[in-house]
Amino acid sequence: MDIRYTPEEQAFRAEVRRWMAAHVPAQPLPDFDSTREGFEAHRQWERTLHAGGWGMVTWPVEYGGRGLDLIRWLIFEEEYYRAGAPGRVNQNGIFLLGPTLIEYGTPEQKARFLPAMAAGDHIWAQAWSEPGAGSDLAGVRSTAVRDGDDYVLSGHKIWSSRAVHADWAFGLFRAPGSERHKGLSLILFPLDAAGVTVRPIQRFDGKPVFAELFLDNVRVPATNRLGEEGQGWAVCMSTAGFERGLMLRSPARFQVAAAKLVDLYRARAGAADPALGAAVAQAWMDADAYALSIYATASRLMAGGAIGPETSTNKIFWSELDLDLHKTALALLGAEAELTAAAPDASADVGDWLDGYVFSLAGPVYAGANEIQRNIIAERMLGLPR
Amino acid sequence: MDFRLTDEQTMLAETVGALLHDCCSGADLRRLLESGAARDAGRWAQIEAMGLPLMLAPEARGGSGLGMVEMALVAIACGHAALPEPLVEHAGIAVPALVAVGRDVPAGTVAVGHPVNPFVADADTAEALLLADGDAMHLVPRAAVTLVRQDSIDPFRRLFRVDWKPAPATRIGGAALWEAALERGALLAAAQLLGLAQRAVDISVAYTKERQQFGKPIGSFQAVKHHLASAQVKIEFARPVVLAASALPASSLARARVSHAKLAAQTAADAASHAAVQVHGAMGYSWEVDVHFVLKRALALGQAWGTPGFHRARVAEHMLSAPLGPDRTFDAVPLQQEARSEAA
Ligand SMILES: Cc1cc2nc3c(=O)[nH]c(=O)nc-3n(C[C@H](O)[C@H](O)[C@H](O)COP(=O)(O)OP(=O)(O)OC[C@H]3O[C@@H](n4cnc5c(N)ncnc54)[C@H](O)[C@@H]3O)c2cc1C
Repeated sequence: MDIRYTPEEQAFRAEVRRWMAAHVPAQPLPDFDSTREGFEAHRQWERTLHAGGWGMVTWPVEYGGRGLDLIRWLIFEEEYYRAGAPGRVNQNGIFLLGPTLIEYGTPEQKARFLPAMAAGDHIWAQAWSEPGAGSDLAGVRSTAVRDGDDYVLSGHKIWSSRAVHADWAFGLFRAPGSERHKGLSLILFPLDAAGVTVRPIQRFDGKPVFAELFLDNVRVPATNRLGEEGQGWAVCMSTAGFERGLMLRSPARFQVAAAKLVDLYRARAGAADPALGAAVAQAWMDADAYALSIYATASRLMAGGAIGPETSTNKIFWSELDLDLHKTALALLGAEAELTAAAPDASADVGDWLDGYVFSLAGPVYAGANEIQRNIIAERMLGLPR
Repeated sequence: MDFRLTDEQTMLAETVGALLHDCCSGADLRRLLESGAARDAGRWAQIEAMGLPLMLAPEARGGSGLGMVEMALVAIACGHAALPEPLVEHAGIAVPALVAVGRDVPAGTVAVGHPVNPFVADADTAEALLLADGDAMHLVPRAAVTLVRQDSIDPFRRLFRVDWKPAPATRIGGAALWEAALERGALLAAAQLLGLAQRAVDISVAYTKERQQFGKPIGSFQAVKHHLASAQVKIEFARPVVLAASALPASSLARARVSHAKLAAQTAADAASHAAVQVHGAMGYSWEVDVHFVLKRALALGQAWGTPGFHRARVAEHMLSAPLGPDRTFDAVPLQQEARSEAA
């Protein structure tokens, strides 16, 4: 155990910090869900990142990455969030699909999809959930019918984040007549293909953060299938599980939020209520604990270890800490908490905290609801009977 | 940066864990109670044979020259076993204090009367005691003090009020010794609490796989699963804090992290031991199963070496005065502000 950064790691941090200082937009970009302009501004930011070589530092160089290890990825993320850089509009692509492509893709698929993903030319959406298949994902009913060198896709996907403006989606489909975990395939399709209808869905505050996808005989080449036919479940679970547990929510995001919460506590004289002081300290500690845990996991993986059920403990921990942190922020804002950013008399950060709170409310639901994660911990980590 | 145990550290943790598994089971604890003895002499001999009491002393003084990460791992194992003997306080707190001032370590154990704790644990079986007179630390022979036993709900906590008279001859140092002792005491209490928490889950998993109701093992019921899964989550996010706290060099961050470790481990032990009582049903409330050994020790150590309130105040002090941010997890040397001006 050596918990000091090497001189090379320090130099890397300094390099990221310099680049971020020079390139992060001075004004926050308009959000990527509400308008096409906001979405395209974020695509532009992905292009800027890519031009600097910072699109996805852990990817191999030939696909637009830097081939760096996970500790450097953590350092990159720390500097990224520290600099207040824009949210990653392509997160479902770079953090979920990208690693899956690297593991399961053919050389042709990697060459076709990874560079375009890294460059922000293809922004990706995930199309797994269906009205009848949420937690019970193996219940998907959308079908992929093989027709010569093509698949014909039909069905109804839902809750697909950022699909309103995205370019491509990766979906889970089944062979007609197959059941449950068998007969599933992971298939990539363009969202502007003939037969795809995208209908925005509003979040409870009206923001169209996700979409329903209706697929009516959408024809895609069979080369758009990732992994073997019928092996879609294994493809989805293995790498996506790994990435969800480690990469989807990097610790820096919560550490920056916790530091802002401490500032808010100071500014709002939260000291008047000792319970709030304790809640702020808890948020700071939790963000720190999450970071330490991820450093431990990263160190283990770099030494050849495999990711285990900690994907589930991580998912529960970050989603609960994010929600608690934002609830504490709202408590500090008091009667101002309900004000949106549009309220003329709202102080600067009020709307951001509210928005962060609304976002954090979904954390215990998406990426596998926390009840499902607790089942997984009990059964696979503790060995309790099913 | 490599935040991983070395192979030697992993092996030490496994060896000590295995030793205590073999000689400090629930049945062993019950046997000790029935015998009325303060210690299990056979067990202590095995602990000594492994060199654990002097593990932190330098090799030149007959020790193993190991560090606080190793000590924390041993303390986790002691917590898991609810070990009655005072290995952690002697090896982890008293020995480093004596070594720091160049004193020989007595052949028997040394009890620690830190001012943060109202009573002195295991004073009766100690050969000598570290006692406080104001800021001063004194090393006082057992024969020179009078002890009044204070009953604890944990039958293995041998607590005493110590009556004694300070004399210049027994003074070995000042406030710095007590400060260092507090950091080690709180950290090692956290490590024991972490072990206790895992033991509570382990006992519960074993029981709920066996116990049947409604024709099934109760461990197949989701409510039971979720109690234990929630406790396990708390354990998973206390462990890296305990290890990081044991590896950090002295600093404001290290102090805050010791307190964080104590709070996180106490919360985990509390959650796990309460979950254990619940999933055992009435059995969990009985003398018969081992849950209460864990529950009682967790209760005691959760308040010893600084209460949760004490440690929360220390965390707040760091949080409100030190620079915070994602680049500070390991107290990285702050980079110059030059980054921004260079780029401009
Ligand atoms: C903000 C947001 C973004 C999303 N983005 C995407 C996306 O991009 N792509 C995509 O495919 N999906 C996305 N989802 C969908 C998400 O994956 C599902 O919401 C999630 O898997 C839960 O499914 P569900 O909503 O159908 O809830 P349900 O499965 O109906 O669950 C409802 C409640 O019942 C509980 N429950 C269900 N089964 C069990 C069980 N066996 N044991 C105990 N409790 C159970 C759940 O835990 C939950 O509390 C998103 C969701 C949200 C909220």
